[in-house]
Amino acid sequence: MASASLPAQHVNPKLARILVTPEGVAMDVSVATAGARLGALLIDIGIIFGLLLGFFLLFLLIGWAYSVSGLPALNDGFAAFMIVTVIIVLFLARNAYFLFFELGPRSATWGKRSVGIRVAARDGGRLSAEAIIARNLVREIELFLPLMFMVSTGVQGGLTTFAGWAGTIWVGIFMLFPLFNRDRLRCGDLIAGTWVVNSQKVSLGAVVATGETAREDGKALSEHGGRYQFSEDELSVYGEYELQTLEKVLRADNVEAQETVCAAICGKIGWNPGAGDERAFLEAYYTQLRARLERNMRFGRRRADKHSQG
Amino acid sequence: MNDASMFRREEDVAAAAALRSDRFRLEREGDWLRLERIVEQMEKGRPGRIADDEVRALPTLYRTLMSSLSIARESSLDAGLIAYLEGLALRAYYLVYGTRTSFGAWCKGFFGGALSRAVRSIGPDLLIAFACMIAGAIVGYLLVAHDTDWFYSLVPAQFGDVRVPGASEEVLRSTLFDTGAKSQDGLTVFATSLFSNNAQVAILAFALGFAFGVPSMLLLVHNMALLGAMMWVFVQRGLGMEFVGWLSIHGTTEMFAILLAGAAGIHIGRSLGFPGQRSHLAVMREAGQRGAQVMVGVIVMLLCAGLLEGFARQLINNTGARYAIGYSILAFWLVYYFLFARKRAV
Repeated sequence: MASASLPAQHVNPKLARILVTPEGVAMDVSVATAGARLGALLIDIGIIFGLLLGFFLLFLLIGWAYSVSGLPALNDGFAAFMIVTVIIVLFLARNAYFLFFELGPRSATWGKRSVGIRVAARDGGRLSAEAIIARNLVREIELFLPLMFMVSTGVQGGLTTFAGWAGTIWVGIFMLFPLFNRDRLRCGDLIAGTWVVNSQKVSLGAVVATGETAREDGKALSEHGGRYQFSEDELSVYGEYELQTLEKVLRADNVEAQETVCAAICGKIGWNPGAGDERAFLEAYYTQLRARLERNMRFGRRRADKHSQG
Repeated sequence: MNDASMFRREEDVAAAAALRSDRFRLEREGDWLRLERIVEQMEKGRPGRIADDEVRALPTLYRTLMSSLSIARESSLDAGLIAYLEGLALRAYYLVYGTRTSFGAWCKGFFGGALSRAVRSIGPDLLIAFACMIAGAIVGYLLVAHDTDWFYSLVPAQFGDVRVPGASEEVLRSTLFDTGAKSQDGLTVFATSLFSNNAQVAILAFALGFAFGVPSMLLLVHNMALLGAMMWVFVQRGLGMEFVGWLSIHGTTEMFAILLAGAAGIHIGRSLGFPGQRSHLAVMREAGQRGAQVMVGVIVMLLCAGLLEGFARQLINNTGARYAIGYSILAFWLVYYFLFARKRAV
């Protein structure tokens, strides 16, 4: 619980977008990076491959069990029926996998879930079933058909150098397509009116400075700071950026980082850093700095960082 | 979980919290966590596990969260808290404004009218695709009639091994009518792989609509030229009627499916080339979604065609019956696509 990530600060500003809900609340969404998309795709392909492998092993097992059990040999019609089943399964597996998961409530395949991205409608409206179908049908042409063509002709030995290069360039163009537009749209996204956005699950972290450390000494932080009291001048050296850096340090709860930050703050405000009580010192400073900045915020005065005025 | 004691503890903490924004958070976090639990269950596809009073509370909880987020942004500098609220608000938003129909309800609406309307809405493209196919078949036929060498460049070598120009009537007839059980199993497999192949041709024709529809049209012409060439081979031996019968039983469905797929591709290409007054992206999105609906119909039709080819064609060895089945199914598709659900057209 203690380590809620702060995604807002990691997002590449080029990928940040604003979505206004019907309630009028502007929400920050960020377009998934090409790397995350590729990672998700590779995981999905791995999963499909694994599922198919499992299916075939089961098939072989049944066949083996049947032959061992010494039942009368099957007629050819049944064997043909089994082969038909295999061909249909091959065809359906990759189409059904993507459709099934992206039509679900999370609009993401296992691969997308694992890297924390999902499909959404580009205009902020409802994501329709038609859109999901469209974006996945185009994936066939972008990726699976040329790859299957190359593999099957390659196995048969009929793949010419020209066809090989043409296929590679074809796949390459479609794979690189997302890098050449602002919203990282694949051709399928373009057609379907969808995009892929980040959807990390953020858990609610604890209150940063509860004052527990200070209260051990008998005084609650609610009475402003316990042993540590900072003057207005000592608090006015930092802005919101520094406050949030301090928040991260407190949430991470790393003793060495706390010592470094403690020394830096003491150097800045001209205190002598003591040893062994960094956490209490930082919590007190954090609480009072935040109280000051939030008070100013209510009066409409915000201060981005230590370099700006306020 | 002892709710009462937890609540008391929270109250104590809230009173002790030094910051106004922390008190704000501690007073409301119970509601946020409650909403998060509901969202979690819904995301996992288990709405049944949510208690009735939670469902009733959902709209209020959602609005509370949205207003909390607005207030927190204006009054709190706790970045972790704001990130949490934004994350949860986005998840809730996607659920509230997500796909609302269940899969079953969507199927009912889709096959009970939406599909037919989608097909009718791309009417001009159907005509273009149809013209391409007719032209392709005629060109294929005429080319081979003019010079039989064309046959070998049109038809891939493994496709028709015995069905080549100059084959005897006996050989050709044996490919149309089954004589023994031995060839039947092989044919079933062949039919299914052909289904898969045709499905891929159809998807290709749709997806290539990207390039202004030109490759879709070329693909239609090429596929039908192949058919025209094959047609000539059979007509030469006086087996034209039988060949068409052999083809009709599943071919009417299959070629209609490829026609629809090509038309969907041309539709996308056409809206890309001539978007009119509106933006390319908006027009393409509409065309893409209309096309995708048609494509679902195409895949269903190809499955029917695969079944017809795999079973009916082998079981029915009579040309008259083949014509009857093939064209009554074609009539069914025509009625379904062009006459069905007209009144509710939106």
